[in-house]
Amino acid sequence: MKLRRDPFQAIADPTRRAILVLLASQTMTAGTIADNFDVARPTISKHMQVLSECELITANQKGREIYYEIKVDKMKDIDKWLAQFRKIWEDRYNQLDNLLSTIKTTEL
Amino acid sequence: MTKSLQFDFIVDKEKNTMTIKKEFAAGRQLVWDCHTKSELLDKWFAPKPFTTRTKSMSFTEGGHWLYAMIDPAGPEHWGRMDYVKIKPIESYTGLDGFCNEKGELNTELPRANWHATFEDRGETTVVQTVVTYNSLTDLEVVVQMGMKEGLTMTLESLDALIAKMTK
Repeated sequence: MKLRRDPFQAIADPTRRAILVLLASQTMTAGTIADNFDVARPTISKHMQVLSECELITANQKGREIYYEIKVDKMKDIDKWLAQFRKIWEDRYNQLDNLLSTIKTTEL
Repeated sequence: MTKSLQFDFIVDKEKNTMTIKKEFAAGRQLVWDCHTKSELLDKWFAPKPFTTRTKSMSFTEGGHWLYAMIDPAGPEHWGRMDYVKIKPIESYTGLDGFCNEKGELNTELPRANWHATFEDRGETTVVQTVVTYNSLTDLEVVVQMGMKEGLTMTLESLDALIAKMTK
């Protein structure tokens, strides 16, 4: 049975975020990823496991090596809720634009 | 004159910040007043269809703004902004949190640090607000709580609502 994990919890960890940043530019093997960090390989493996369980990354077998890659659609989920914040601010500031123009008109 | 006004929204997932930059077609003093006087904040702060109602305001270092965001369908959501540092008409820093109507902070919900700066560009004023959360998880809690209580709507329904209102 597959564990269901929360992608937001996954990206709350700085090492996991750093892994995602690495994988954003290219696919990599677990070994190459681990070489970028100053921590023990099993620790990195654990992080990779969490990211896989959250479906933020996938593993592909290529010959003898396993390459990891970022799953773009899941990352978009995260952007979706950030986009809601954008909308709130946009809306709020539209109201301020209107208020400012009202104040300026009444002053004339 | 229909020059478009700048609006930028940048999220830094590494630093857990949201940076909102907006240009306003007004002088710095007026834009500052709109951010720091409750009678003016009441007119724009809550995104539609919510309205803002101030219960108390003390815009001083150590003071706070206690306000309700009122849902036309009923419930009120109380918020409290504690002012930490104020440099009139240049910048202010505050802590934004959730509370009850007495102003007692809800410590289970995350607080965010706001740092707003006001830049004079002659005809216009640019306000940059950097909102910092302790973690991205905090940010998510705020979003989820907003969604649960109807404080924010999903993009789709908000778009639909706006389309309806502008018809």
